[in-house]
Amino acid sequence: MIQALALILTCQLAGEALAHWTGLPVPGPVLGLGLMLILLSASARIAGLVVPVGTGILRHIALLFVPAGVGVVGHLDRLGPQAAVLAAAIVVSTVLAIAAGALAFRLVARLTGSEDGDA
Amino acid sequence: MRDFAEIWSYLASGPLIWLTLTLVAYLVGDTLSQAFGRNPAANPVLIAIILLGLVLWLSDTPYPVYFEGAQFVHFLLGPATVALAIPLWQQGRQLRRSMLPVAAGLLTGSLVAVVSALGIAHALGLDRETLAALAPKSTTAPVAIGIAQTLGGSPTLAAVLVLLTGITGAMVATPVLNALRIRDWRARGLAVGTAAHGIGTARALQVHTRAGAYAAIGMGLNAILTAFLAPLIFGLLG
Repeated sequence: MIQALALILTCQLAGEALAHWTGLPVPGPVLGLGLMLILLSASARIAGLVVPVGTGILRHIALLFVPAGVGVVGHLDRLGPQAAVLAAAIVVSTVLAIAAGALAFRLVARLTGSEDGDA
Repeated sequence: MRDFAEIWSYLASGPLIWLTLTLVAYLVGDTLSQAFGRNPAANPVLIAIILLGLVLWLSDTPYPVYFEGAQFVHFLLGPATVALAIPLWQQGRQLRRSMLPVAAGLLTGSLVAVVSALGIAHALGLDRETLAALAPKSTTAPVAIGIAQTLGGSPTLAAVLVLLTGITGAMVATPVLNALRIRDWRARGLAVGTAAHGIGTARALQVHTRAGAYAAIGMGLNAILTAFLAPLIFGLLG
């Protein structure tokens, strides 16, 4: 488990360094995700170590958003009289974006004959 | 025997109680979510946030004191992002065969998210500074904060709007996608990850592994795409 955590943190650290060094507008952990993807594909031994631990973390990924979410409660009054407009913009825009994204995916999947199924 | 208030004030000043309460509040949220058959309206994150918000309010605890303890959980967001490589890797072969649909879903979802949010808010008379904080709302928080700052918006407001978007996405995704009769797990996942970043991805992972993998792809790629699209569309508002 410690080996897996060390590997995950090393990828994150390298990602942070890379993001800072290149000045890319991408957060370090997202670059770390890319590095981990390369490691998993390169070595079955690494995959065997990382997959059980990483899957355990992902099972409760929702928990990790709680601390930041609690901070938001204190800032809700900052929205002030704009709150209703912002709420409307967020709800409508999120519904539209999910619908449009999924419909576009399905349309192109049908056109290219790409089917959902087990690889 | 010391009284309750004294013990509370002793414990409330250290990180242990806030870390413990964060985990317990999430377990309560998760249990309730399970009890409601994973109904999207019973979102475990939202339940935990409301419970903890109440505790902080009732005990008059400032957020920085709470965060002393909660930071250990918050810190894991980074490693968890790295761990999202696992479902991507596991779905690798599937993914290589669906490059074009992924590109179409991502580009459409990302564009619609930015254009519709800015369009509605602009039409209803919000000022430029608020629009700047709203533009990157569908991306993961650290990226959204960076984009908002570049456009001249408040980073705090940007973080608030990102979280509200994530919770909204997690709650509306299932009913919206069911109403459209979209049964392709890849399309469902990608759309949610693109529109509602990590919280949407958390919901997708809860529902189906393949949906979770495609949500992670949507979230990761949209972070990059929005960094380019948001300034462009924001500039068109004039």
